[in-house]
Order: sequence, then structure tokens, then C-alpha cells
Amino acid sequence: MNAVIEAVGLRKCFGTFTAVDGVSFRVEAGSVFGLLGPNGAGKTTTIRILYGFSPLTEGRVTVFGLDIAAHHREIKARIGVCQQDNTLDPDLSVEQNLLVFAGYFLMDAKIAAGRARELLSFFALDGKRKAKVMELSGGMIRRLMLARALINSPELLILDEPTTGLDPQSRHQLWDKLTELKAAGLTILLTTHYMEEAARLCDTLVIVDHGKILVQGSPAELIRDHAGRFVLEIEGRDPQTRRFAKESGLRYDLLEQRVILYSDGDEASLEEARRAFCPAACLTRQASLEDVFLRLTGRELRE
Amino acid sequence: MNARGRFSMRFVQVWRRNLIVYKRIWKVNFLPPMLEPIFYLTAFGLGLGSLVKTVPYQGEQVDYMSFIAPGLIASAVMWQSFFETTFASFVRMFYQKTFDAMLSTPLTLEEVIIGEIVWGATKAFIASILVLCVVAAFGGAHLPGALLVPPVAFLGGLAFACAGMCFTGVTPSIDMFNLPMFLFITPMFLFSGTFFPLDNLPAWAGLAAKITPLYHLTSLIRELCLGRLGADAWLSLAYLAAFTALAAALSLRAMRRRLVR
Ligand SMILES: Nc1ncnc2c1ncn2[C@@H]1O[C@H](COP(=O)(O)OP(=O)(O)OP(=O)(O)O)[C@@H](O)[C@H]1O
Ligand SMILES: [Mg+2]
Repeated sequence: MNAVIEAVGLRKCFGTFTAVDGVSFRVEAGSVFGLLGPNGAGKTTTIRILYGFSPLTEGRVTVFGLDIAAHHREIKARIGVCQQDNTLDPDLSVEQNLLVFAGYFLMDAKIAAGRARELLSFFALDGKRKAKVMELSGGMIRRLMLARALINSPELLILDEPTTGLDPQSRHQLWDKLTELKAAGLTILLTTHYMEEAARLCDTLVIVDHGKILVQGSPAELIRDHAGRFVLEIEGRDPQTRRFAKESGLRYDLLEQRVILYSDGDEASLEEARRAFCPAACLTRQASLEDVFLRLTGRELRE
Repeated sequence: MNARGRFSMRFVQVWRRNLIVYKRIWKVNFLPPMLEPIFYLTAFGLGLGSLVKTVPYQGEQVDYMSFIAPGLIASAVMWQSFFETTFASFVRMFYQKTFDAMLSTPLTLEEVIIGEIVWGATKAFIASILVLCVVAAFGGAHLPGALLVPPVAFLGGLAFACAGMCFTGVTPSIDMFNLPMFLFITPMFLFSGTFFPLDNLPAWAGLAAKITPLYHLTSLIRELCLGRLGADAWLSLAYLAAFTALAAALSLRAMRRRLVR
């Protein structure tokens, strides 16, 4: 497999603060790569490095085998970027947003018009062609951002939190679209705070915190290695439960108001604890990427 | 990427984006440059002119209307282009994140900024034609010299657009633009020979006025409108070109420092 992105030892400092601290990863052609991490972990900073917006303090990035420092114009012509903030042009209509953007890529006006029509229909924005950006809902804005990122028929799509703030309908719709794009051979790098989204879309993902990669792997591998298969959540602060957790040989987390047990075996392995500590309502469920994320990055709020 | 690789004709696309937005409400955009000179020419030209009649300018008596008309063209150029690369560019850069979007495409920062500056100069160019029409209606423009006013206005527009972009590169907030407005633009408007010949000022003030770009733009346009073109005009032209080159370099540096992080 050839790598579309190869990042080696990325470091980015803002003054004395290190936002990205020695990050290395590869994104294979045709795969979906997830960049996960709490607020302030350095995801957006990493993405800005990848499309040549932020110069590196240290390290090396190649995209399509080209060094970003030397070839950023060439690289940017072949990628589509959907930034975290809404950067649509409020002075232009929906369709003009696409056409003017196509101009930045020096696309032929006829080809751009055809492509814009295709994308507006692909993202169900036909009816809003003449609308102003201000008149769009949050979901439509994200869809238009995505449509705009695709105007130049990119080989690599970089998405910074494409579904933040969307309702479940819009999110599922966007997932479908992304799956379709992936099937068509597009390489995608995305960040998200929705673990379900990452588990569903990503072939490989990394979890970063404080600018460092904590783990890297496929969603299934990460869940298996860091959370197991089944999870039992026991409410309350009963000290006996806590002692049991420590002595059970299972992986566990002791929270303020909850004890969480993780099991690599089947549901039955949690039966003992279940019978002893929660005759009534206890939650047994399958381990998820969210468990991995919380176990690795902690449960404290980020500033 | 080396400095040469950062410039290309692609900046025209940034310029074109602004033109498209401008054309959406061109009737509204045409109003200020049309109405303002009408107000000034009525108030000063007709009102004050009936008292002043003529002013001495470079050894000749020039009727007051013909004297201030070129000054109004020059000041329209200054307001239009300076406003565009300060308030308007700042809104695009800071609030609308238009530059961020552009910088995710093959456009470089240099092209974005040059596109904005050339657009500011274009607005000044359009305004100069509109004001020229008004002035001509009042009888204050002489052919064929007046035909050269728009290209000169474009150069003047570049100068003030570059100056504006320097401030945009360093201003912490949009309110701070009031500072250069009151410290530079308004005094220039009043004391650069728009409304009265500089000979009437104390020597030091006249000298101070003569180092401002508006003085040189005003005298250039005045020479053209009065149908003459002395050696001073070439000096003014050279001054404006040099000012533009310096301000452009400074503004690119400031914007690079501001946006590349
Ligand atoms: N231009 C900047 N100057 C100084 N510090 C910055 C700058 N940009 C980002 N940072 C800091 O770098 C760190 C990483 O920020 P970044 O935006 O990459 O986080 P993120 O992972 O995208 O977070 P979120 O999930 O909230 O979007 C933060 O602590 C942030 O304050
Ligand atoms: Mg972010």
C-alpha cells in the first residue's frame, strides 16, 4: 500500500507552548484515518500542518510523496479541506460559494459549473442554490462545506469535525455520503468527538492528547486491547464493590459515583460481580471506543 | 517555497471574488462616490465659491470649483481604498474567515493580500470615474487630461490600499482603525491641498503636507484636470510608486506575521 500522508516526528510550538509533540503516522491510500483527542489535544493544529497552513517547528510531512514545505501549492491543488470553523463566504450565494472556490483552483468555468451542480445534488442542496449562506441551517452549512471541499475532485479529503453540532439525521446522512466517497476511492482524514462515528468510519485511528499520540490502530483492535469485550457499570460508592474490583483480576475504573469493570471474556465473566453487587439495575454492555478514549485520556474536563 | 513561487496571477481570483460581491449591490456601491462629491461641490463649490471665486494656484488664478474638484477625486480615492483594506479586509479576514478558506486552496498568502490590495485600488478607480463624471457635470474637468485621471487614481488607490493593509496586519481589533483614521486620513483630507492651496499654511505645515501621499495624488490629478503637466507631476508619480512599493512590502510582512502561525 502506498501512503498518501506520511508524517514523521511533527512538532509545533506556539512560543513556549508545544501543541503537537512528536506525532508520526501514515495514512494509506483509500483508507479513512481518524484523529481523535480531547479539546486542545492538537488535532486542528496537526491538520493545519498537513495542508501547509502552519509551518512546522520540527519534523517532516509528505503528501502524495511530496514534501509539504516545498510543494504546498501542488499538494493543495489535490486535496479538499473542510475546516472546523464555518469558513463559507457569507457574501456569496450557495452556488457562488462553489464556483468562486473553483476559481481559486483555476478550474475551467464550465467544468466547475457542472461539478457544482453534481455536488449540490449529491448533498441535497439543489433547492438552496440561490440562497445566502446566512439562511442555511447548521446541517446544510456542514454539507456545503463538504461540497466545497470536493469541488476540485480531490484525492485526499481532510475533515476537521465534520459532524459537530449536527442532529442525528444529518449526521447519519453525512456518514452515508462519506462512506460513498470512500467507496469511490477517496482517502479521508477526519477528526471527531463522536466515538461512534470514528468506530463506524475509520479504518485506522490515533488518539492524541497533549500533542502526543497515545495509541494507534483499528477501532476493533483498540477496543479489544484497551477495553475488552464487555463492560459492567455499577452505580454507587460501596467500598466492597471497589475492593472486589481491585481483586477481581479484571480491568476496572473507580469513578466518583460508579465502578466500571471490563472483561475480555463473554458476558458470563461479569455475572459474579453482577449477582453480588447489583441485584437490580446494572448496565452490562459491549465495550466501545468511548471506553478506550476515556480510559486513555482520563475523565477530567479540559480547559 | 521561495519568494518567487509565492506570487502568481492567481491573485486575480481573489480580486474576482470581491468584484462578484461588489456587483451584487453595485447600485448601492455607486452611491457614496457619486453623492459625496455632489454634496461637497454644492456646499464648497457653489456655497463657499460664491464668496471665494478664485484661488491663487501656482501663479495663476483658478476658479474655486475647478480647484477643489480634483481634490475631491483624490480624497475619494483615498477613502475608498483605505476603507477597503482596513475595515472591509479585516471583516473578511477576522470575522468571515474568508482568508482561512482561501488558504486551504492553492492560493498563497501573498496572492490573497495582493488580491485584496488590487481590489481596493479597483474600487478607487471606479470611484474616480464616478466622481469625475460629477465633476465634469459641474464643469471642473478638462479633456484630454481628465482621461488620465482614472489610471492615476488606480496608482493612488494602490498606495492607500497598501497603507491600509499595513494597519490591518497589526491592528488588534476593528475599533482600532479609528486611530489611523483620525491621525492620518482625516488630517490628510483637510490639510493636503484639497480645499485650499498649501501656500496659506505656515511653512512647517505646508512641508508636512508635502510628504503625504494625498498631497501628491491631489496635485497630480489637479494638474491633469487643469490641463497641464509640469515637472512636479513626475515627481509626484515617482513618490506614489515608491510609497506603494514600500507599503506593499511592509503589509505583506505584517500579514505574514499575523496569519502564519
Ligand atoms: N495560534 C495559536 N497560538 C497559540 N496557541 C495555539 C494556537 N492555536 C492553537 N493553540 C493551542 O494549541 C493547543 C491545540 O489546539 P488545537 O486547536 O489543535 O486543538 P484541537 O485538538 O483541535 O481541539 P478541539 O477539539 O477543541 O478543536 C491548544 O492548547 C490551543 O490553545
Ligand atoms: Mg480543533
